[in-house]
Amino acid sequence: MKIFLLRLAPPILTGVFIIAVWQIICTAAHIPSYLFPAPSAIAASLVAGWPSLFLALYSTLKVTLLAFALAVFFGTLTAFLFVQSRALEVSLLPYAIMLQVTPIAAVAPLIIILIKNLFWALTLCAAVIAVFPIISNTTIGLRSVDPGLLAYFRMNKASRLQILLRLRIPGALPFFMAGLRISSGLSLIGAVVAEFVAGTGGNSAGLAYQILQASFQLDIPRMFAALALITVTGVAMAGCMALLSKSVLKWNETGDAR
Amino acid sequence: MDMTIDISTTAPAVAIIEMHGLAKKFGASQALAPVTLTIDEGEFCALIGPSGCGKSTLLKLIARLHEPSAGEISWWGDDFSHVGRTGKQLAFVFQDPTLMPWANAGANVRLPLDLAGVPREESAPRVRAALEQVELAGREAAYPRQLSGGMRMRVSIARALVTEPNLLLMDEPFGALDEFTRNRLDEDLSELAWERKLTAMFVTHSIYEAVFMATRVIVMAANPGRVFAEYVIDEPLPRGAGFRDSVRFAAHCRELSALLNEASIASRSVS
Repeated sequence: MKIFLLRLAPPILTGVFIIAVWQIICTAAHIPSYLFPAPSAIAASLVAGWPSLFLALYSTLKVTLLAFALAVFFGTLTAFLFVQSRALEVSLLPYAIMLQVTPIAAVAPLIIILIKNLFWALTLCAAVIAVFPIISNTTIGLRSVDPGLLAYFRMNKASRLQILLRLRIPGALPFFMAGLRISSGLSLIGAVVAEFVAGTGGNSAGLAYQILQASFQLDIPRMFAALALITVTGVAMAGCMALLSKSVLKWNETGDAR
Repeated sequence: MDMTIDISTTAPAVAIIEMHGLAKKFGASQALAPVTLTIDEGEFCALIGPSGCGKSTLLKLIARLHEPSAGEISWWGDDFSHVGRTGKQLAFVFQDPTLMPWANAGANVRLPLDLAGVPREESAPRVRAALEQVELAGREAAYPRQLSGGMRMRVSIARALVTEPNLLLMDEPFGALDEFTRNRLDEDLSELAWERKLTAMFVTHSIYEAVFMATRVIVMAANPGRVFAEYVIDEPLPRGAGFRDSVRFAAHCRELSALLNEASIASRSVS
């Protein structure tokens, strides 16, 4: 309860205040909703368009979560391979960086053309940009072994597997969790960007497509409603990752005993 | 006065470590010139000397953290592959606690037993006993971050004791601690070693610590690193805090200090 008051109450109050001011200005100045909709208009649009917006949200969420899972799996796998072999890292890392620095909006049309199944094309786009933080963070984490502890393990005749399971993996966890937090946000961005690219071709179902459709019809409140759903999804994912990180790295919290 | 002869002190000493011409080079520099030295069972040996004298290197050669460049070394009259078996257990305490930050005190102490495949039901009481010995009973669940520097060092020592070592090697174990904490830990360790009839060897920078703990002090000199002199401290064990205030303690410190001065002069590089 105390944590709620200290950590959650201030931002919620700030949000309520901003929305209230926004509503008052829109109402008082009679700003038409096709120029800048009031929160009440957005809420009404959200309720009215809920069936189709919900389907869009579900579609975007499916792409985002699958892309995130793929990025985590392949990113971790790649990091383990990199740590096992320097040669492999030296030969593959430049391509991983190329993947990272090429703007996804520029590559997405190509992927969408090449892969017939739209769902998998979108997932691949999102996974491509979400994978890099996992690779780089996990690789750094697995390498950053305390040399003193490593000497201790070796002196106790620990096997390679024991060193991996008891030393390298737990030591890499803080780095991995940081990578996870960045990657979860990137997978949502990747999914939405890919949907925009696909949506201009007229065949998509996600929230980005809803925004495009609404903009063609000048339905500005609906645009805002879809945008709000994307934001809420992003915040929820970031919150989940923060909670996960907190429970996994509970030893990293500063203790009270001294 | 009744002159009974104590058999335990006159029994022939059993050599635990024997070194013959043991030397170490790092690249072209001679870190340690050939050393011939024997460590007997029950000894508490201090290694002291100016920086660069190879005292840490010598300790690490014994722990097999370094490979020797020349010479021979045996453990309990055998090669290193036999170390770790019953009666030939070796434990090393680093200068830093080197604990796993993600594991609590209990899990950190249990580590050597886990690595050796000791089942939990057997290791749990041993971990508890080892933590009790270093006066950290009931702190099993605390993470290293929640412990003070002195407590962390105690956990590190408990991790060494839990294997019931026959030989305990310590590389400046309390070097990073304040004098008060260090004195207390020295007293505890001296008593523990006596209770357990531990053979121990430790590197130190402190003359007081060497005199307080050791039965024999090996004074080393640098350029190249070598054994310069040996100094025996034949005082009753275990040594309580009162020993520090004794005249004998002061006399030993003075003599050791003089030896160390000679070693420093002998360490000046000839250019």
